[in-house]
Amino acid sequence: MNTTDDHSRREFLKRLGGGIAIFVTFGGKLALVEQAEAQGSRGVPADFNAFLRIAENGRVTCLTGKIEMGQGPITSLAQMLADELDAPYEMVDMLMGDTDLCPWDMGTWGSRTTRFFGAALRVAAAEARGVLMELASEALNVPISRLEAKDGAVFDRKDEKKRVSYGALAEGKPIARHLTVKPDLKDPSQFRVMGQPKLRRDSLEKVTGKAKYAADIRLPGMLYAKILRPPAHGAKLKDLDTSGARKVAGVRVVEDGDFVAVLHELPDVAQRALGRIKAEFDVPPATVTDENIHAHLLRVAPKGDVAAERGDLKKGRKLAARTFETTFFDGYVAHAPMETHAALANIEDNKCTVWASTQNPFGARDQIARAIGFRTEKVRVITPFVGGGFGGKTSNMQAVEAARLAKAVGRPVQVMRTREEEFFYDTFRPAAIVKIHSGIDDAGRMTLWNYEVLFAGQRGSEHFYEIPHHRTTVRPRGWTRGRGTHPFATGAWRAPANNTNTFARESQIDIMAAATGVDPIELRLKHLEDPRMIRVLKAAAERFGWTPATSPSKRGLGVASGIDAGTYVAAIAEVAVDARTGNVEVKRVLCAQEMGIVINPQGATIQMEGCITMGLGYALSEEVHFRGGKILDTNFHRYEIPRFSRLPKIETVLVEANEIAPQGGGEPAIIVMGAVIANAIHDATGARLLRMPMTPARVKAAMQET
Amino acid sequence: MPDPISFKLNGKRVRLEVDGNRKLLWVLRTELEQTGTKYGCGSGFCGACMVLIDDRPVRSCLARVESVGGKEVVTIEGLGKDGDLHPLQKAFMENDAMQCGFCTPGMILTAYGLLRSKPAPSREEIIRGMDGNLCRCGANTRIIDAIQSAATDVRKRRSTT
Repeated sequence: MNTTDDHSRREFLKRLGGGIAIFVTFGGKLALVEQAEAQGSRGVPADFNAFLRIAENGRVTCLTGKIEMGQGPITSLAQMLADELDAPYEMVDMLMGDTDLCPWDMGTWGSRTTRFFGAALRVAAAEARGVLMELASEALNVPISRLEAKDGAVFDRKDEKKRVSYGALAEGKPIARHLTVKPDLKDPSQFRVMGQPKLRRDSLEKVTGKAKYAADIRLPGMLYAKILRPPAHGAKLKDLDTSGARKVAGVRVVEDGDFVAVLHELPDVAQRALGRIKAEFDVPPATVTDENIHAHLLRVAPKGDVAAERGDLKKGRKLAARTFETTFFDGYVAHAPMETHAALANIEDNKCTVWASTQNPFGARDQIARAIGFRTEKVRVITPFVGGGFGGKTSNMQAVEAARLAKAVGRPVQVMRTREEEFFYDTFRPAAIVKIHSGIDDAGRMTLWNYEVLFAGQRGSEHFYEIPHHRTTVRPRGWTRGRGTHPFATGAWRAPANNTNTFARESQIDIMAAATGVDPIELRLKHLEDPRMIRVLKAAAERFGWTPATSPSKRGLGVASGIDAGTYVAAIAEVAVDARTGNVEVKRVLCAQEMGIVINPQGATIQMEGCITMGLGYALSEEVHFRGGKILDTNFHRYEIPRFSRLPKIETVLVEANEIAPQGGGEPAIIVMGAVIANAIHDATGARLLRMPMTPARVKAAMQET
Repeated sequence: MPDPISFKLNGKRVRLEVDGNRKLLWVLRTELEQTGTKYGCGSGFCGACMVLIDDRPVRSCLARVESVGGKEVVTIEGLGKDGDLHPLQKAFMENDAMQCGFCTPGMILTAYGLLRSKPAPSREEIIRGMDGNLCRCGANTRIIDAIQSAATDVRKRRSTT
């Protein structure tokens, strides 16, 4: 630690108030951190901020840069902290996503909260427990070896009346402790709070309307801003006349180059005044559309990198009795969270505070600081409840706009996107293509797997089957590209890349199973050696009541499995297909998941249910329609997300694996939804769907081809 | 200035001097600070802005504020009576029938209207009654369960009052 850090820490402790604060200084020595780093983590906090604070009233505050957008860390992190600290679960408060008070965090994405931050939090909590034992030993004059901690107090095992509460120990401090050695973490057999199904901790606020989201924050004198938007991506502002808007009483107009905003004390009046601006744009000619996009993508795809390889593809081809070449297609998919992006910015005493709906408050802080020319410590981002993110609330454009406008007008400014703006500026899941060339020998063993994914990204592209000769090529590794590829921004969408990759891989496995007359689960098990995958697939088959058959069996049953964020999933679905309309009714989905130690089985189950429900959308109906940079789907009447009437019967199975560290939970179960439905459609009709979403028109067309 | 508009909001009389053509949603969220009423789409497609007008669910993003003159408006903040939660609110909590919570006020108020017209709805009737409300997190199955379990409590409450 240098002196700047010491100064910052003192400032920080002042902000935090009294009590015991626990810092964790990671030197790469901790096994947990080493493990996190080995898995490619850059997300474990290493700054001076505390992970937790114990107040004099005994309440424990968990400080985390993670945010609550529905996925449930407000509950699961509290469980982890309470258990390792031996504090009552009800005494834990959560303080999330405040850049002035919480340890630095990269962002809430990638199903990393439990895996990485959670691991560090448990270490901090266990360390705090050690500190409390030391303090108690002094206070009670009893050696540590005789002390025990339970329910927020430390007592003498030989004389339980000799006890002191955590709150009393925290009195008159502050104490800041640093972790240097690895404390003992609890074994699952010692868990009292972790592993227990817990209901959400934020539900009372959410059912009474008290829960505040970014657009619900009110400050005296605040203005609502509406910003001039181009009709299409790539359009350039040519001519501007703001006089109509300026005539509206109480309106302020900010013009800063292409950035034009109308502000008013009432949001709807600002919106109406915006409509009075006359603006002309040069719109570039539309060359790509949602119909021809894949031909365009094939033309512009980069050469790519080999992500995995073994054996010799030529040999694999020679060994194959039959080979299969398939090309799969996926369209653009929107995040469409129910809460549109919103932010409120306020500048006071040269400090800019922004309440923002964001998945990465620290990233937002840095972006805002750059945009308005403030030092980062002069910007504070506070994250209230976030109304859904799914990977889409990471660019922070609205937070930067609010800060720029607050600086321009000298009053607090709210920016909240309309639904139309939300669709326009979304960072869509990219349209993609997957080409697979695979082969199987006379004995029914796969010999060849040549896999190429264009534009979806690498995650989930590497298969887990035993195939002697295989190669996986990613063109490119990521899901964002520069100009000339996609006509608008693309980005991470819940289990990025993996939805497209699992759709293609698991469909191809079924194509081979059907062609060789083998039950699709049997073919998979024949090529699996990973015990985790075998276990989860068998669990799904058993709980569903699967009986072996060759597809198409007319039963309408499909299977798919995959790995995401360290978690293994296998799903089985039952569908009915209307031959006349091509409409697919998903009747039942069973999903088995093995995610290592489960912190909150209730939360994990709900995430699986949410994944299954949301996954119905990209599988069956969700696709962004566009002409060049113009987005045609502007609201929910055109962009169809799953409704109540789409719901299948949903069943979930958590496969116990307490010998494995906790893995991701927010994303994995969504990856199987494309393939499990495609395979079920094939089983029902004999038609093979190669393109998502599997709309009635595409299903009908595929049925006519067979 | 236009004529003032008077109505009851969550049991309290409100008198506003506003342009009567403005949408109720914005007046509720801005002047009246009832931010539990959410903007989701602005066009009546999602149901996040649902409020009760004279005990019936209405999408406040489509309703002009002058249309509630002399009527009784209840938002999610006013659904519970005398500090008690409404059975639907309790059931949503007990069933974990939400994730991000943004659609929750609209879901609860739509369900309120559903139970008003169908005190003992079947699962299919709940699905039909709720189909115009969108939830992106996928809490749908739990929302159905919550409505079903609340229905019994609501019936009991009605019969005792």
